Parts: sequence; structure tokens; C-alpha cells
Amino acid sequence: MRYDLFFAGYGGQGVLLAGNLLSYAAIREGKNVSFFPAYGVEKRGGAAMCTVVFADGETGSPVVGEPSVSVILNQLSFDKYAAKVKQGGICLVNSSLVERAGVALEGRELLAVPMNQIAIELGDVRMVNMVACGAYAAATGALALESLQKALKDALPERNHRLIPANIKAIEAGAAAVFSARKA
Amino acid sequence: MTALKRKFVKGNEAVAMAAIEAGVQCYFGYPITPQSDIPEYLSRELPKTGGTFIQVESEIGAINMVLGASACGVRAMTSSSGPGISLKQEGISYMAGSELPGVIVDIMRSGPGLGGIDASQADYHQATKGGGHGGYRIIVLAPNSGQEMYDLTMLAFDLSDQYRMPAMVLADSVLGQMKESIVPNPRPKVDLPAKDWAVRGTGGGQQNVVKSLYLGDGEMEKFHWKMHARYQELADKESRWETFATDDAELIVTAFGCTSRIARTAIEMARAEGIKVGLMRPITLFPFPKKAYADLSSRCKKWLTIELSTGQMVDDVRLAVARDAEVEFYGRPPGAGSLPTPEELFTQIKKFC
Repeated sequence: MRYDLFFAGYGGQGVLLAGNLLSYAAIREGKNVSFFPAYGVEKRGGAAMCTVVFADGETGSPVVGEPSVSVILNQLSFDKYAAKVKQGGICLVNSSLVERAGVALEGRELLAVPMNQIAIELGDVRMVNMVACGAYAAATGALALESLQKALKDALPERNHRLIPANIKAIEAGAAAVFSARKA
Repeated sequence: MTALKRKFVKGNEAVAMAAIEAGVQCYFGYPITPQSDIPEYLSRELPKTGGTFIQVESEIGAINMVLGASACGVRAMTSSSGPGISLKQEGISYMAGSELPGVIVDIMRSGPGLGGIDASQADYHQATKGGGHGGYRIIVLAPNSGQEMYDLTMLAFDLSDQYRMPAMVLADSVLGQMKESIVPNPRPKVDLPAKDWAVRGTGGGQQNVVKSLYLGDGEMEKFHWKMHARYQELADKESRWETFATDDAELIVTAFGCTSRIARTAIEMARAEGIKVGLMRPITLFPFPKKAYADLSSRCKKWLTIELSTGQMVDDVRLAVARDAEVEFYGRPPGAGSLPTPEELFTQIKKFC
């Protein structure tokens, strides 16, 4: 099985860390992984994107034209990339910052999760990327939540390991939000 | 391999890790995007192994220090991207003329001039045809994954020592910046000839001279024929390539580096629809695996070359395939937003089938 996903937001939202976390989780599940980042020259505020491909066999192209899943954290990325999700795929949207999240994308599942709001309620908006990762795992079933939680140790520098419990909560909250969004 | 033994690293870091495993003693370089992770890693890690890292004042200085270190018989390397690699051509020519080994890593970005920092394959001609003066060639290896960034960097050191000529690892900004899970293999045991030509300083013993100046009657010509024979030996013994799904293919796509990865997924998409298409990927760009192309094209007559340029490797493909084979070309010249997708290459495959 080969999984691909596209993650997009603006610089500072933690898109690249999120891609790294998902990659390490996939490695923990014994997969081969390709993580291909693309970002502006700005430290904050520019566009930040990454593609993650993981598979039991070869990962193939690190470039994906029509992703199976897109996780979109801001309006600009939504306008630019939402329609690229392939038929039958999932578009997971941060509805805190994306206004047109309610608009249906034909032939694709649109999952609206208020990621900023969830992160703020947990104490820090910067955990928006962790909420998104939990939401991804719950929406796709491609990675176990437990793998994501364990992978925090791999993806975060040691000085930030004290933040792991808070991040685990954010991952769980993101997953729970997907379950309730699907029930609604 | 267990998951624990694998490392998740950028292609550039894989190059640097492999260089240390290969026993590199000296790194000389100057930063430039998209390869600066290589000097960054080596500046931190190489001194720990007793090696020397120097950020030189320029790329020209760096390649000439590689020349000097190599002349003393030590393993030395440099790395850069387009603008820096152009500056190094003089030194590479002198190394080739002095029969000196040494590894040069080129993480291609777009050009000409400053160009941009996006992936490119437009330095194929510069790398494979002898980018400096004097009609020499260097070994050119083209990885297409994090694992090969590691493995081929080690191979570059060994081939370079064995054939006494510079070797280049030719990759691009996708391969340099992309992170993949790799197994950091131990250095393979290879029997290499003793460097009895190296200059070792005073203290008696054999006097060696390392130079590229040949003024004697017939001396230069003799050197050229000797190198010509060495290039032929390389072609016979060291040509490397990989094929995928070519056995029953009615169209063979050929691409190197990151483009071959995108092409492979496009080929899998085509195969899922019953289109008989395969992939031929050269791993050595010099020596170009001519015989493999000739053999494959004795059966499959339709070829499609894909490159991130307006067409360079396609010239070598056309010369290597059987005379009655047709070679089409699809290229995306390098630059922001010009990286093709598998879906796009799939459309091209359908067009030629």
C-alpha cells in the first residue's frame, strides 16, 4: 500500500514539523518514507508545504500532482490546492482560518476541523499542527495514533521533549474532532 | 533491516554521512543553496573523526585545496551547486590532467547564471562532457533516492581512487532537500591500488611529481590515448543502470535522478491501465551505459527521454539506441513551478503509446 498526502499552510504554522512527525510515525510502522518540503525564503508568513509519501515498498515519486489527502491550514492554500485532491480523496481543512470550508468539493470528502480553536482551548495556538496530525490519522486510518505519539520523541529536539504530553493531547483532540465531524 | 537502524535524513546529509563513512579526510567548500547542509553537517562531524573541514574563501580555492590534498594521497572532497561548480571547472581540469582522484558533489539548481534554487538537470552536459578545458571526462554518478545519495557517494570515492580521476555525484535540489529513510551501510571492503604516486614530503624515498604539464614530443598525445583507454575500461567495467518493467515494454521511458522517480510512478499508473511501458534509468552518466541501451532497443523500438531541461541526456540516448529505434523527448526546463507531476508524465506516456 502507498499513501500520499499534501500538507500546506503558512510559515510558522508548523507544516514542516507536522510532515516530519507523520514521516517518523510511518517509519515506526516499518514503512519507507519520502518527505519533500517546499517553502518560501521567509522565516514566517510565507507559504509552507510538504508532500509525504509512505509505502511498504518503493515510495516512487516524491512529487504528487493529485494527492489522496490534503491537509490545509490557511485560506491561501485552500484556494490554491483544495481542488487538486483526487476523486475519492479527503480534504482536511482548518476551518478556524478557512472561510469556504463549508463548500463541498465534488467527489471528495471535505472534513472541516476548527484546528486553531482546538489548539487555543488546549493552551497554545502553536499546537495547530499537532491537531492537524491527529485529524489526519483519524480521517485516513493510515497511521495509528500511538505511532504519532511515539514519534514525537523522534521529531522534536530533546529540549522540547517536556512538551510531549501537551502535544499528545492536541493529537488526540484533533482525532476526536474528526470522529465527531464525521458523525455530524 | 529493523526500523531502528534506519535514519530519516535529507539527501544532503546522507551524502555527508557517507563521506565520513568512506573515510574522507578533508572537506573544502563554500556555502550555496541547495547544498549547504553538506558543509553544515561536515563542519560539525568531520573534525570529530580527525578530519579537516575548511570553509574556503571561494569555490576556486576549495577545488584547488582538494587538488592539493589529493596530490598528497588523502581522500578529499568538495560540494557546490551550479554557479560554484562552474567556478571549480578549472581545478577539475587540472585534477583530470594530473590523474588525481577527488569527489565533487553537484546538487544542481537552475541556471544559467544565478538562475534559481529549484531542481534542475541542465548541468548534465557540463558534468558528463568534461566541464573544463582539455578534453577530459570524469566519473558521474546519478542517485535517485536518499539511500543512493549515501551509497553512491561512497562508491564515488572508491571509483575515483581506483581509476585515478575525479568523480562527481550529480544530484539536484529535490534529492538534496528531500528526507527519506535510509540504511547507513558500512563502507564496503574494496581492494584499491596503493597511492604510490602521491607526494609525501621530504625524507628520502621515491620522488614523485604530480603535474598536468606535458611538453615533451608526443608526451601529451600519449597521455590522451592513455586516458581514452581508461574511459573505455570504465565503460566496460563500471556502467551501472536499473530497469523496471522493461521485459514486455512497448515503450521505454528513460530518465535519471529525481525525474526517474516521478517517471516510475507515472509508469505504475500506466501499467494499472494495461499500458506496456517500462523504465531505463542510467545510474552512471559517465560512463553512459550505452550497451544496455543498445540491448534494450534491439527489442523495444519506442523510447521517451524525460529531463528537467530542454534536452541533454537525450543526445546520448539517441547515440546509444539501435538505429531503427525512435527517441521522443519531453522536458521541463528548470525553475520555480516547473517540476512535472506523475500525472503529467502519464499523459505524455499515453501520447507516445
